[in-house]
Amino acid sequence: MQATATQTNPIISFKHVNKIYDNGTVGLKDINFDIPRGQFLVVVGLSGAGKSTLLRTINRMHEITSGEVLVDNESVSDYKGKALRHLRRQIGMIFQNFNLVKRATVEKNVLSGLVGYYPTWRCVLGLFTPHDRKRAFQALDRVSLTKKLFSRADELSGGQQQRVAIARALMQDPKIMLADEPIASLDPRTTKAVMDTLKRLNREDGITVIVNLHSVELAREYADRIVGLRSGELVYDEPIDQVTEAGLNQIYQTKPEA
Amino acid sequence: MSTPEIPQRPWRQRYHVSAIAWTVTIVVLLILSSMATGANFGMFLANINQFTVLLVQMSHPAWAYLSVIIQPLYETIQMAILGTTIGAAFAIPFSLLAASNLVGNQVLRNLIRLFLDLVRTLPDLLLAAIFVAVFGIGSTAGVITLAIFSFGMVSKLFYEVIETIDMGPLEAMKSVGASKVTIIWYAVLPQILNQFVSYFLYTLEINVRASTVLGYLGAGGIGVYLQRSLDQFNYSATAVIILATLVVVMVIDGVSNHLRRVLL
Repeated sequence: MQATATQTNPIISFKHVNKIYDNGTVGLKDINFDIPRGQFLVVVGLSGAGKSTLLRTINRMHEITSGEVLVDNESVSDYKGKALRHLRRQIGMIFQNFNLVKRATVEKNVLSGLVGYYPTWRCVLGLFTPHDRKRAFQALDRVSLTKKLFSRADELSGGQQQRVAIARALMQDPKIMLADEPIASLDPRTTKAVMDTLKRLNREDGITVIVNLHSVELAREYADRIVGLRSGELVYDEPIDQVTEAGLNQIYQTKPEA
Repeated sequence: MSTPEIPQRPWRQRYHVSAIAWTVTIVVLLILSSMATGANFGMFLANINQFTVLLVQMSHPAWAYLSVIIQPLYETIQMAILGTTIGAAFAIPFSLLAASNLVGNQVLRNLIRLFLDLVRTLPDLLLAAIFVAVFGIGSTAGVITLAIFSFGMVSKLFYEVIETIDMGPLEAMKSVGASKVTIIWYAVLPQILNQFVSYFLYTLEINVRASTVLGYLGAGGIGVYLQRSLDQFNYSATAVIILATLVVVMVIDGVSNHLRRVLL
């Protein structure tokens, strides 16, 4: 039953998506797949396989050359201006380098997740409602960092900074959370804290989570489904109970060099 | 197991070929340009005693003159602060438009840069002469000159700072659906604010010195008195003016160092 429901109503679909960079490099080659609502999807592959590009086509941080990306059954390719900002504000994103404003306080960084919902002049004057300030505190509570509310972002460790970035994304009240190598600059212990947080948001809030990872072990530990990219092509796509060591190895096979 | 062979450095690296070549080139260029311009080191040595005469006269500052120049010195500082502030305020939007990492439109960016180059090309003395002619003798001409001069300089310093910022926070703000202005306010300004303040104070310091020269053309401030004392060969008064200006510059320098530490 559930299978049919998700098949008819995927939150994201890629339809014949191609991306060719200006210098002729192929970024993505004929990508076709659907992501059901509420899935924890992990994308694996070598550096340069197109994982980051794939992720960024969803919120249009990267443009595609041909094909279609559908979010909630609507093609996002033609969005401009306000429509594009409205698409982006419902998709949270976290990054390998956290991308916090280091000189600003944790509170300001978390509140900055809301700016898509506020008119520009209120953002510039910092006029956030008391209700939203309270939400910022609650978002920090969910990543267990309330004590750091008024610390400057650069006083925090890497793992803490990434959790602030997650809190910022939470302020968007996102339906989808994109995470581009979120743990690549973290040590094993903080890695677990960050991945556990993402998993919790997926399970408790029903947010669809898409994570790019280098580590196959982590992918197997957290994913509902693993897809693999090689040279811009989708070469692997299995639900977690079908994932095998041999299948994963095939993703990392490089073509014999000439 | 065989030990791997240590790779040989190429001979270009081993004998520092490029460093030596550059040094030789620069020295040759210096010698050639001194010959071309007729700069004569012998003449410099022969006439140096004239300079010492001047120095001896200046080494007895007429401290009583201080009471005369306090008021114009104060005016100079006011001119410098006003001119720098106006110039820097105009420089902010222009530097944002001239930064290659913020403005993708190459035509617009190059037009803005061309305009900024043009402003910087105008010598401050020429500007002062024009504005004295337009607004008459006095500090208004000085303030406008300093504002334009600061605008040209600060814009360039500012956009070069902007081009060195971390683009990560900008990407993050774009991904939450922020508008252009919000992105600049949240992701760009916090990264550049302390360097802006630092360059602002640096320009202020330069303007205090520049305004002493502008006074020559009647653009107000301490320069008028500097010119008067030099015309009268009253070098002991000149010395007081120079020392007083030095104190002002040192104070600004101290404030700017302090602010940089606090803001960093």
